[in-house]
Amino acid sequence: MPLLAILVLAAGTFAFRIAGPLLAGRYEFSESAQNWMTSAATTLLAALIATSALIQDGGFAGWARFTGVAVAVVLVLIKAPFPVVVIAAAAITAVLRLLGIA
Amino acid sequence: MRSVWRTVDRERARAIALLCVADGLVALSFGAIAVGGGLHWWIPVLLSLVVFAGGAQFAAVGTVLSGGSVVAAVATALLLNTRLLPFSFSVSEVIRGGGPLRLAFGAHLVTDETVALAITEPEAKRRSGVFWACGIALFVSWNIGVAVGAVAGARIGDTDSLGLDAAFPAVLVALVLPALNTRRIRLSALLGSLVAVLSTPFLAAGLPVLASLTGLVALARRTPSAESSPGPFPDPRPESSPDPCPDLSPEPPTHPPAAPESRP
Repeated sequence: MPLLAILVLAAGTFAFRIAGPLLAGRYEFSESAQNWMTSAATTLLAALIATSALIQDGGFAGWARFTGVAVAVVLVLIKAPFPVVVIAAAAITAVLRLLGIA
Repeated sequence: MRSVWRTVDRERARAIALLCVADGLVALSFGAIAVGGGLHWWIPVLLSLVVFAGGAQFAAVGTVLSGGSVVAAVATALLLNTRLLPFSFSVSEVIRGGGPLRLAFGAHLVTDETVALAITEPEAKRRSGVFWACGIALFVSWNIGVAVGAVAGARIGDTDSLGLDAAFPAVLVALVLPALNTRRIRLSALLGSLVAVLSTPFLAAGLPVLASLTGLVALARRTPSAESSPGPFPDPRPESSPDPCPDLSPEPPTHPPAAPESRP
């Protein structure tokens, strides 16, 4: 992977990241616009949960990961602390894989 | 900067520490995979410093190592990062307010994790501290992890066997689920997730997540801030509760991780 490719990727990524703060400096966003942006980010994050829980390389990611994330959802709903949620999800996924469940 | 750390409560500090450990382990494997696949050690190290986006880094290196062209690697990684554009708008308030260097570094710290932590922080005053603390801590641990993995070179092993691939969505679940506190945002999240999952077979990587923004139609009639209806389930606390997150409200699952028909 040549240096130029890395720099192009870095520049493009940085452009995505700086666009919001730069434009926000030029225009004053209304409170309602701010709320829309928060809602948009929340919706994107939810979609990221769904795709990262279910999909790997364009196909189903397997039951081990799915079960781990499903347990995380339940733990969040019963107000388990953050570390418990994350560690339990990883541990359950790891144990299922150990048992031969992909 | 000290005031930044002081505004981060212990609960969030613990969450950030755990994020650093999990991401550090993933970073370790990234460095090891890249070097193990035949890339020079500086490539994963430089990528991590200047791109700082795990998914895109794995996609770029994976494309190159599996024989794909460099152009395809960069294009795929950039597509994956398109979501950073709407993310950067959502946290623009916490990044601004300093010199151009601070602005640039803050923008560089826009990732899934930092955005999720910042926008779900109910108290506006703390948002900035949470974002910067999480961003700096993750930047350090991610880059150290990649460097160690790249130099150690030996196969660190598959982090999938540790279940770390489930840790990333679990982190987001813990941060985002409590923020789905109105019926409209729940509907938007659900619609968006369905669109993302169902469009995966048809769209290039990265675009399905972006397509989830169509879920925002659920909010189209009134501004989200005007939304105060508790929805079908009683909301146990006011939306503007100053409680530090993660103080998780007992919500029913609004975001089923899998619709059975969503299997491609």
